[in-house]
Amino acid sequence: MNYIEHVGKYFMMLKQVFTKPQRARVFREALSREIEELGLKSLGIVMFISFFIGGVIALQTALNLDSPLIPKTMIGFAAKRSIILEFAPTFCSIILAGKVGSYITSSIGTMRVTEQIDALEVMGINSLNYLILPKIIATVFFYPFLIILGMLLGIFGGWIAGDISGLFTGVDYIEGLQTEFDPYLIQYAIIKTLVFAFLIATVPSYHGYYVKGGSIGVGKASTQAVVWTTVLIVITNYLLTQMLLT
Amino acid sequence: MIEVKNLYKGFNGVEILKGISASFEAGKTNLIIGQSGSGKTVFLKSLIGLHIPEQGTIEFDGRVNTKLTIEERRQLRQEIGMVFQGSALFDSQTVEDNVLFPLKMFTKQSKSEMLDRANTVLKRVDLENSNKKLITELSGGMQKRVAIARAIVMNPKYLFCDEPNSGLDPQTAIIIDNLIQEITEEYQITTVINTHDMNSVMEIGEKIIFLKDGKKAWEGSNKEIFKTDNEAIVNFVYSSNLFKKVREAYLNETK
Repeated sequence: MNYIEHVGKYFMMLKQVFTKPQRARVFREALSREIEELGLKSLGIVMFISFFIGGVIALQTALNLDSPLIPKTMIGFAAKRSIILEFAPTFCSIILAGKVGSYITSSIGTMRVTEQIDALEVMGINSLNYLILPKIIATVFFYPFLIILGMLLGIFGGWIAGDISGLFTGVDYIEGLQTEFDPYLIQYAIIKTLVFAFLIATVPSYHGYYVKGGSIGVGKASTQAVVWTTVLIVITNYLLTQMLLT
Repeated sequence: MIEVKNLYKGFNGVEILKGISASFEAGKTNLIIGQSGSGKTVFLKSLIGLHIPEQGTIEFDGRVNTKLTIEERRQLRQEIGMVFQGSALFDSQTVEDNVLFPLKMFTKQSKSEMLDRANTVLKRVDLENSNKKLITELSGGMQKRVAIARAIVMNPKYLFCDEPNSGLDPQTAIIIDNLIQEITEEYQITTVINTHDMNSVMEIGEKIIFLKDGKKAWEGSNKEIFKTDNEAIVNFVYSSNLFKKVREAYLNETK
């Protein structure tokens, strides 16, 4: 199947996904389950990575800005911009694409090969809507909070790294954070996150739903889903940056 | 009653079903038998709407599949219960959640009403004390019984079973067969079972349709199968010495 067919099939899938859920209470149950699986269970990895990468960004900035003409406050300023603009929304989304994407593809793919999706269809249930819509809503609503938490922890990690290494002081770092703070950057990061969250939910769902073959098929689909979600995140990141910041 | 007329279905240019016509009566266990690759599963999946036939019609008590609106089709599907070959249960959920699922999805019953109904059907399949068990904790036979419970919880008019005995020991297989037959008679369901288990054929085959190369090659009951001279079905059913001897004994008895 060529790429254009895949794109067409993906949008046909979305058409079926965005219909009214057949039963509100079942949808609410599914949504809370997905918020837990896709959101709350990702908190740990996002917090851990954000904290340490924030520290590394601050250290690298400090080590590379060694000219006496550049004030130390630039470290906090540069770290803040790197974390808010790219690290938190893009890097965290790529990590979530790996963690959540493979989970989505393998869970839906396993349902496909074990005929659970057929069982839903036979019962008269719109399986695409039942399985995928709660995932989209859960990621699109929850990931902005996750990314904001990632930003805060990344910035905090930078502060701690400076404190431990002695390369810059907390006062300089905080002053740098407060320098030329533009709230639009947060808006930009959240817009990117919403788009990435949508991709993280839908691309792996597509690969899982249309999986062919048995367990090996599910494994291959999971790998493909992660690769394609990452590729699409990188491409949309470029396009959104072009559109929103230039 | 289900009436199938001149059903054709193929994949990638290869014809699988080649003009099958058949009727399945309510309150009877109707069996579809045939070798692997004869088109049994495609036929069953066409009946339940998972495959769309290229030609032909399927009539569910006068409702022709090709003439149904989306809403009528959805309504019809709620009248269908299906037991899949691998059970197709939601394996991350408990027995009770699996059985409750269709009720939650399609009825406006209160929680206690739904639980009552789920407990009734679980009792019917002898699983009354397994509500909170996870599907993964159950044996193959128990999983099949949960699948039957889920299939009948909405009081279906039509029950389809795809190889309900596969992977089960002979004793459990007979229990499942008898359970399906009892439920069929009790609720007057139109039951269609896809199988190549010869014990099932002999035990519960009130009506048997034999498929060969995508065509109906023979039709009759488990009594008639002993007397038939149809070469295709004789070769299929009596391929084992045991069944050859059973047939000889039956024919000697009825002489």
